[in-house]
Amino acid sequence: MRILVVEDDLEAQRYLVNGLKEAGHVVDDAADGEVGLTLALSRPYDVAIIDRMLPGIDGLKLVSEMRDHGNTIPVLFLSALSEVDDRVRGLKAGGDDYLTKPYAFVELLARVDALMRRRHPAAVKTQLQVGDLELDLLTRTAQRNGTAIDLQPREFRLLEYLMRHAGQVVTRTMLLESVWEYHFDPQTNVIDVHISRLRAKIDKGFEMPLLHTVRGAGYMIRARA
Amino acid sequence: MRAPRLLRTLAFRIVLLYLAVFALSAVAIVAFTYWNTERALNAQTDYAVSLDITALSDRYDRFGLAGLTDTIVNRTMHGGATLYLLTDSAKRPIVGNLDAWPNVISVDGSLVEFDYVRRVGGRLEQHRARGRQFSLTGDFELLVARDVAERHESERLFTTMLPWSVALMIVLGLVGGALISRNFLARLDSINRTSRKIMAGDLSRRLPVGRGGDEFDLLAANLNRMLERTDRLMRGMREVTDSVAHDLRTPLNRLRNRLEGALKLLDPQTAAGAEIEAAVEETDRLIATFNALLLIAEAEAGVAREAMAPVDLRNIVEGMAELYAPFAEEKGVTLAIAPSGSAIIDGNQSLISQALANLLDNAIKYTPAGQRVVVAVEDRPDGIALSVSDTGPGIPPEDRTRVLDRFVRLEASRHSPGTGLGLSLVAAVARLHDARLEFADNRPGLRAILVFAAGINRPPSLPPPSAQRSAALA
Repeated sequence: MRILVVEDDLEAQRYLVNGLKEAGHVVDDAADGEVGLTLALSRPYDVAIIDRMLPGIDGLKLVSEMRDHGNTIPVLFLSALSEVDDRVRGLKAGGDDYLTKPYAFVELLARVDALMRRRHPAAVKTQLQVGDLELDLLTRTAQRNGTAIDLQPREFRLLEYLMRHAGQVVTRTMLLESVWEYHFDPQTNVIDVHISRLRAKIDKGFEMPLLHTVRGAGYMIRARA
Repeated sequence: MRAPRLLRTLAFRIVLLYLAVFALSAVAIVAFTYWNTERALNAQTDYAVSLDITALSDRYDRFGLAGLTDTIVNRTMHGGATLYLLTDSAKRPIVGNLDAWPNVISVDGSLVEFDYVRRVGGRLEQHRARGRQFSLTGDFELLVARDVAERHESERLFTTMLPWSVALMIVLGLVGGALISRNFLARLDSINRTSRKIMAGDLSRRLPVGRGGDEFDLLAANLNRMLERTDRLMRGMREVTDSVAHDLRTPLNRLRNRLEGALKLLDPQTAAGAEIEAAVEETDRLIATFNALLLIAEAEAGVAREAMAPVDLRNIVEGMAELYAPFAEEKGVTLAIAPSGSAIIDGNQSLISQALANLLDNAIKYTPAGQRVVVAVEDRPDGIALSVSDTGPGIPPEDRTRVLDRFVRLEASRHSPGTGLGLSLVAAVARLHDARLEFADNRPGLRAILVFAAGINRPPSLPPPSAQRSAALA
């Protein structure tokens, strides 16, 4: 996948570009807004990672301009600014996701993967399947290997999100933001408890576990171990 | 609603006070004038009567009883305003224009007043008279008096009219006062309305300044200058937090990047790998503390006021309880929501949620297994109270203000994880919302209460807001 990185802190940029390349992506970089805008408008990217504060054209302005030119590639904002209102401003300007510095690279990678998945959506599905686990989005029911699984509404949304991102790492923050719509760090890792309950429902009594913990990153649902 | 409001205005209260002072002085002046006039008139009457008595007594001394009766008959023949009566010692009339000795009211010594019946143009009228009684040698009593009906009538009029006049004065004064205060109120209302909008976070607004240049215009102009300065300070504050955030986050980001990079090169099973991994964790704790401090600074600077919108506390409570329920259950603690209706306030959904999360976090951590934590939203007379009650060790009364200071952790909790900023953030969020944070004894345990002013400046009938921001990233 082709990724555009616009970041003026050269050290952070180098780290980001190397990391993304190691993950198998093709990366172009720019250190200021003008170059970034030119690149974004002239080449087909799958995702753009844009720093919020840039010399020349500011990050917010850059994304607004891209959107004005009809460019719809998913944008992930990186911001070192204070957070309370800035996230809203970033999303209003046309950003699709927002990550505050400093971030863990796995967090960034997981979000980039999620944005790409959104860029290339599979045909509208009414059913999700991972291994022998099936989720029916119309009847809001789940079953594994033919056995119905009783899920609370929030557990259903959690499982739906994980299954939509099957095979990808999903971080705790992503779950908190997407499934619960909260944008803060709880002092305690409340998400873990929700995951272990879900795991008890879908994996208990089956030989092959589907819901995996990725150490230092988050969770992933996938059929093969 | 309107009348009590009017009564509460300063203008009206000043008018009332002025009216009271004015009414009292008017009554006092009129009463004093009346009293003085009456005294002068009485003195005149008394003097005339005294002269008469002196003359008559002289007559008696010189010509005896016959001379006196002659004179009295002469004087009473043609009517007139003066009354005479001469009696013997048993008050049996001898001569005079009074039929009998009247029921006299003694005024002062020999001075008397009495009522008598007088024929006026064929009609009988009761009149008041004032005079003097005098004992003559030889056991005769002489009564000489003047008709004071006119004076008496005006006195009666005065005493009946005075209360009415005062009542009329008060009514007119109240009407005038109401008009003046309504005018004041209209001016102040426009200032108050705008101030409320400004307090709700719209610092770009200014108060309307009229062209008259009166006191209200001066007040509005001064307030506008203050607002200008506050606005500048707030923008400065935001720039400072933004640049502190930026200047610290950029190197922290590089630090974390480098540590992550180093970790990739090392096997975490080795001692060096374990050290680096520990360093990453330490960095993350540092970042968490820094983020919490920054959030507190922003909340305290009122930076987040821009993001204020009507929010339903019950929704926040239900959402947060749902998030924390499994965590509580795992600890063996029951998390219960006390039933309540919706409670809409002006607030920052995200910050209130985070404050509640911190309170719940503490409550669940400190409550022993098998007991319960209760979250409640209550409509109280002093506002809307959001409370979290636990049955843990509680906070001793002497520590209740201290726990709000940054980084304070009570001895008993030093061993458990946390930044020590949880309650500081709750306090900062409370200040941002002009809410009060109280700690009460739950007997046993702690009851932390956030009291929000009810329905700040929006009618509570507004439909619940769609305060969930566009943040679904799935």
